[in-house]
Amino acid sequence: MAFSNTYIIGFAGAVCVVCSIFVAGSAVALKDKQDLNAVVDKQTQVLKVAGLVKEGEPIKAAEVTKRFEENLVPRIVDLATGEYVEDVDAKAFDTQDAMDDPATSIDAPANDAKVQRLPKQAKVFELKNPDGGVGAIILPVQGKGLWSTLKGFVALSPDTTTIAGLTFYSHAETPGLGGEVDNPKWKALWPGRKVFDDKGEVKISVIKGQAGPVAEDPYRVDGLSGATITSRGVSHLVQFWLGKQAFGPYLEKVRSGAKK
Amino acid sequence: MAKPSKIVLDPLFNENPIALQVLGVCSALAVTTKMETAVVMSIAVTVVLMFSNAAISALRNMIPPSIRIIVQLTIIASLVIIVDQVLKAYLFEISKQMSVFVGLIITNCIVMGRAEAFAMQNNVKDSILDGIGNGLGYSLILLVVGAFREIFGSGSFFGLQLLRPTTEGGWYQTNGLMVLAPSAFILIGIFIWVLRTFKTDQVEAE
Repeated sequence: MAFSNTYIIGFAGAVCVVCSIFVAGSAVALKDKQDLNAVVDKQTQVLKVAGLVKEGEPIKAAEVTKRFEENLVPRIVDLATGEYVEDVDAKAFDTQDAMDDPATSIDAPANDAKVQRLPKQAKVFELKNPDGGVGAIILPVQGKGLWSTLKGFVALSPDTTTIAGLTFYSHAETPGLGGEVDNPKWKALWPGRKVFDDKGEVKISVIKGQAGPVAEDPYRVDGLSGATITSRGVSHLVQFWLGKQAFGPYLEKVRSGAKK
Repeated sequence: MAKPSKIVLDPLFNENPIALQVLGVCSALAVTTKMETAVVMSIAVTVVLMFSNAAISALRNMIPPSIRIIVQLTIIASLVIIVDQVLKAYLFEISKQMSVFVGLIITNCIVMGRAEAFAMQNNVKDSILDGIGNGLGYSLILLVVGAFREIFGSGSFFGLQLLRPTTEGGWYQTNGLMVLAPSAFILIGIFIWVLRTFKTDQVEAE
């Protein structure tokens, strides 16, 4: 049976239309649910880095939101001055949106993390201690790995000198190699590491190979085997966001405040 | 025409898509470190196979031969995107772990292989059964490989701890090789070896 060219083109067109209706339909119908998942996932990662959710702990979406709102205070920080900004709705603020909008971001200075735009303001979280003080500060970080931009959070001790945790909520690194940034065992290497040297420069880095235990080798973290570029990316993004070009002024302020 | 039960059951052992046809091996390596992802991947592939076989079989007399591959691919790709969307909405954690491999069902040779080899020549009912059968054949290998890799690689099964690993104060030294992709090759190899010991007709001529 021979088909005419008109039929072939018509058939191809019809297949495309029908398929795209199904694909678009499913994407639109499920969007709300997916967006909610993404929000809850991000909150879960913040809770994890703050130590409020254990690795592998099964937890319901409602419980995540509850713990999140009970224990974490979102604060907006002006990156240039390091001061808190009080006249912005911290709950609705999204650091990623601020980064993507040319009006609320600036060209990032040249950096190894390959961050293109730097938001003028960023959202950080303060972990409330049961006794009222601040238990930790949680900062958003992101930077290029091998394939993708790794986006996550770093938790710092209240005096900003020690890492309390690191986690990523979004990346597309090779599963099993760079994807091991999600491995709880690797993430467990971070807490306790020191960030700054005596002069206040960021000194922490991810090295190739194995670093020593926290007490002996506080400035270095094991690299991921088979993932040199991802490891380097993590190193650079932590250095960039904790450094002078990004959260440096803010951390400086927190430190001087903490000493008082 | 072959009996329905034969269409469904043949791909399990007699004509297993992975063991005999050696199709779809790459995803079998990637998602089998844990049972959870292996099960979800099995279901996803079976569903895609079933629907793609059904759709392509229904259209088989209308598809112009000159563009049949691209039509098959369009249908398969659409189904995979829908499955991916559903996973992201209802099984977010698992879909994050499976990352790109759900999308890669599109390039899973089993789906296209069955569309081209079976659905293009047979009626809708048989094609659906063939899709289910091959999906199950694929699932069987994934589950066997997944079970071995999770038990020996992490000491657990479906996330439940069976053997307490030394890293958590237990006695079991986890087998690091099992977590890495090459172990799936070895396990699939052993599976094929065992299968061909019993079904000698599958042994290729020297």
